[in-house]
Amino acid sequence: MSTLTSFRDPELAKRLVNDIKKLHPPHKTVVCHVCGTHEWTVTHFGLRTLLPDLVEVIAGPGCPVCVLPAADIDVAVELALKGVTITTFGDVLRVPGSQSSLVEAKAQGGDVRVVYSIQNAVKMAKKEPDREFAFFAIGFETTAPLTANEVLKAPPNLSFLTSHRLIPPAMEFLLGVGDLQIDGFIAPGHVSTIIGLEPYRVFSEAYNMPVVVAGFEPIDVLIAVDMILRQTKKSEAKLENEYSRAVKPEGNLKALSLMAQAFNVVEGRWRGLGRLPQSALALKEEFVEQDALQKHHLRKKKGKDLLPGCQCHLVMIGKIKPSECPLFMETCNPNEPKGACMVSNEGTCRIWAQHGGTRIQ
Amino acid sequence: MCLAVPARITKIEGDLAKVDFGSYVNQEVNVALVEAKEGDYVLVHAGYAIQVLDKKEAEETLQLWNELLKMEELNT
Repeated sequence: MSTLTSFRDPELAKRLVNDIKKLHPPHKTVVCHVCGTHEWTVTHFGLRTLLPDLVEVIAGPGCPVCVLPAADIDVAVELALKGVTITTFGDVLRVPGSQSSLVEAKAQGGDVRVVYSIQNAVKMAKKEPDREFAFFAIGFETTAPLTANEVLKAPPNLSFLTSHRLIPPAMEFLLGVGDLQIDGFIAPGHVSTIIGLEPYRVFSEAYNMPVVVAGFEPIDVLIAVDMILRQTKKSEAKLENEYSRAVKPEGNLKALSLMAQAFNVVEGRWRGLGRLPQSALALKEEFVEQDALQKHHLRKKKGKDLLPGCQCHLVMIGKIKPSECPLFMETCNPNEPKGACMVSNEGTCRIWAQHGGTRIQ
Repeated sequence: MCLAVPARITKIEGDLAKVDFGSYVNQEVNVALVEAKEGDYVLVHAGYAIQVLDKKEAEETLQLWNELLKMEELNT
């Protein structure tokens, strides 16, 4: 698909950067994205070095592994040590719990298996009907419909430990953080393929905040920055869709309907951010047998989210850059991560460690 | 986690489809969440197609920005 490579065209990128420079805002303008994949694009392609000094791109809590609270890891560890086979995505294994991670549970004899897709987890459970499985389901709106689809037809020996979180409530949380400057949002393209545009309307209409839904190629991100600057220049706050090749205004109705069948929207805890109202998905009452906690009579307890010195909670809201954390690349690095933001491939610290974040001062 | 990669559907059987990610990488994905047909490009996330890609919209976005930038460049 040659159209796709056009979204990496260096010549077009140069022209966009020139246009962004011409829009030169009179004072610092902060554009906030809320997606680990956007942070990867921005950092990997060095987009921050191309933008004018007064245009800053910061990363919000867009890494679903990073926002997993320790209490959720603790209960997964407890299940594994109880003899239930845990299946989950690779990034989750090294996320620290209050005492140990799933990788440590595995070392202590727990059966913890990595899967690429929830479908692999279902296949495994069907193949070993005498073994009890729990799929540790994490992710934002992009991933939740996949879980919903499998919950509705799961084999009897498979239950679900659900830790799905929702992005718009986290964006709303950011706007309430004191002395955190945000002048426009780049909304996450793949979450938006599912939820569509409407959930963001509150930001443009009630908070007077420009919002541009964007794709993940460098040209997508540069266009989104340009669109936000054009809005701020005219003192406008509109909801716009740069990623129209993948995001329909109504989202993915099939996926939304599956989510509504399987889940209730409830309050959820986010690592480092605390409890956010209406920000998590819980299995509906009729899925008692599919709910790993109810099935195995476990309760989440209070967890310990941050290690001393770890600044993950500030990195996660874009308040500080990874390089401003005293542990960054000292005691906390990709080989020996201390905080969740260094564990996941989508964590801001991990991305900066591997691809070289810029504007270190 | 929200990483999704474009792929072309080569064959559909019920909820499952064979897709081509290019460079001879073929995989089976679940297409229960989308209305897709053989030949369509879909975004694949964790083994599921989550949306059908619209090539015309992609071309229009590029064309729109090329024209807009051309106008801006002529203005200076």
